Amino acid sequence: MVQAAIAAPALVAVLLAAGGRWLPRPLVDAVATGTVLAVTVLLGAVLAAALRHPVVAWLGGWRPRGGVSAGIPLVADPMAAGLALLVAVLTLAALVFSWRYLVEVQAIYHALMLLFTAAMCAFVLTGDLFDAFVFFELMSVIAYVLTGYKAEEPRTVHGALNFGVINSLGAYVTLMGIGLLYARTGQLGFAAMGARLPGQDHRLVTVAFALVCTGFLVKAAAVPFHFWLADAHAVAPTPVCVLFSGVMVELGVYAVARTYWATFAGAVPGAGPALASLGVVTALLGGVMCVLQRHVKRLLAYSTVSHVGVILLGVAALDHASLAGAAYYLLGHAGVKSALFIAAGTLLNRFETLDERELHGRGRRMRVPGAVFLIGGLGLAGMPPSGLWAGKSLMDEAAERAGWWWAAPVGVVASALTAGAVLRVWLRVFRGVGPSGEGTDEHEDTETGPRMSRLPWTMLAPAIVLAGGAVVLGLITGLIHGVSHAAGLFVDQRGYVAAVLSGGAWHAASEPLHPWTAAGVIGGAAGVVLAVPVAVLGLRRPAPRLLRPAVDRLRAAHSGHVGEYAAWLTAGVALFGLLLFTA
Amino acid sequence: MSHLPYLAAGWILLAGIFGMVTSRNLVHVVVCLSVTQSATYVLLLTIGYRKGGTAPVFSDIKPTGKVVDPVVQAMALTDIVVNATVTALLLALAVQVAKRRGTIDPDQLRPLE
Repeated sequence: MVQAAIAAPALVAVLLAAGGRWLPRPLVDAVATGTVLAVTVLLGAVLAAALRHPVVAWLGGWRPRGGVSAGIPLVADPMAAGLALLVAVLTLAALVFSWRYLVEVQAIYHALMLLFTAAMCAFVLTGDLFDAFVFFELMSVIAYVLTGYKAEEPRTVHGALNFGVINSLGAYVTLMGIGLLYARTGQLGFAAMGARLPGQDHRLVTVAFALVCTGFLVKAAAVPFHFWLADAHAVAPTPVCVLFSGVMVELGVYAVARTYWATFAGAVPGAGPALASLGVVTALLGGVMCVLQRHVKRLLAYSTVSHVGVILLGVAALDHASLAGAAYYLLGHAGVKSALFIAAGTLLNRFETLDERELHGRGRRMRVPGAVFLIGGLGLAGMPPSGLWAGKSLMDEAAERAGWWWAAPVGVVASALTAGAVLRVWLRVFRGVGPSGEGTDEHEDTETGPRMSRLPWTMLAPAIVLAGGAVVLGLITGLIHGVSHAAGLFVDQRGYVAAVLSGGAWHAASEPLHPWTAAGVIGGAAGVVLAVPVAVLGLRRPAPRLLRPAVDRLRAAHSGHVGEYAAWLTAGVALFGLLLFTA
Repeated sequence: MSHLPYLAAGWILLAGIFGMVTSRNLVHVVVCLSVTQSATYVLLLTIGYRKGGTAPVFSDIKPTGKVVDPVVQAMALTDIVVNATVTALLLALAVQVAKRRGTIDPDQLRPLE
């Protein structure tokens, strides 16, 4: 069942790539959407089974004998199965949106989207570190192609190239780490490696952890590995952005968490503080950069950087309650951010530009995208009962218990900055508030071909469903309990190793978690209240003179120069390693 | 066990990164990326090396003979396939950059902001 969820979209992708050019476009759409729908149902069944007992499938039937494995497992615990299901649901939304949005694409686009889904699901479900590297590269290569899909635009190919070089470099550093681990343990499976890690040289294990995490942190766009993200998001087709921001970037954090708990738990004492430092810097820098943007997609891209920083901070607490919060935050963020990207896509379709100032007041009559921006902004601010709020509340409570009093304010600042920027766009574009500005007169291709007189429901419905779902997530108590159960299993290394290697029981006792605490509600309210001045001040034209040198320096650092990005990456690896050793 | 091959792998990685950072040509950047990946081949083959071992092909030798680790060789092969894909794609993108922007010097490309 687990294998089928990965094999089916890959197989259909190959068929579409080979024969799709002779099929009419509606049929291609139907085949692709139908396949993803089938995958969604299949993964739903996997999740239901995983909630009873995690599913372990050995490829080719190479089961372990006597606790020793020579095969490659796929492990569907509730967390992995749930994340794979999220991938499928978002792909479904992106494909439905593409029906009318990307009118000029060929069947090869659908084939790539299916293959991308398969690669992401496989990356989530694999129980083998080397396979994780292979699927990481597969998913990355397809992501480069999808980013550069409109190859006739100069920005597009430049963004895709930066994305490709930096991500691949990160992946190779990860492979070096995998090599070191294999040299020590003679194993490649997460579980098999984890079982043999105790008693190894502490320094070597720490270095290996730093190297393995590098590629995943590049994918997760943690500062200073984040430079590629905005370049790629600003130029990728909108449905692809939905998948990038909604789930692909977050898979990087998932991979760090999986590698830590399945393999390294307890062996790298510095992991928590080191990851937390990166998380804090990422959350804050992403928020600041978000406020400074005027290109709507770039703005949303930096907001993703900021929110992934918060998720990383949640994971870094290395505690199951905090992890549950991070997972819930991820879920809420995926819905809100996907809906925002779709709404931005409708703007691009209408006005052939995404420059916020040029769009001033022009969205007054677009009621649905306007509502999505308002709801999305409030959701990002952490307004109860949104999914982001519920996740944040759980994370803050866990951080408080760990003595990390600064975690909650960092989250509030990040939410206020990113939400303020989105609300500013809403005020300026959809309400016509503030002075009208002259634009850069740089027009972009609409991605859609001809302009539409009315937005079709296939473009609006996914945004409404995703945004609407995300802002009421905090009310679904059953889901919160499910996620906390999943997180309880996720952090239980002994259970994971036993379940994978000897088919043993894997039950984690987890107390039910409740986001409705006084501190949580106050934190959410603080995010919303602080977002308002950020939005209103942002409507005034220039940045205050005092801050201008700092702002210019920040902008100059995000130069689009691939060599500089590579230098930052190297410095980041060194810094992360140093933090691991000193913290 | 000699440390030299491990140092060589690290050296190749750093040399590749140095090339990428200082490069004035996108094709050169992509080739430097391949160089960094070559470091992973060296590392993997070093890890699997056994002194006096032969290639792990059992068609004409006794299975009891000493061989080098076949797992890392499989990994290196997979790695090479990945490298071919990535390099081909990135070179194609570099060609597109040259066509659309008229330059492949990263310093000359305008920022994407």
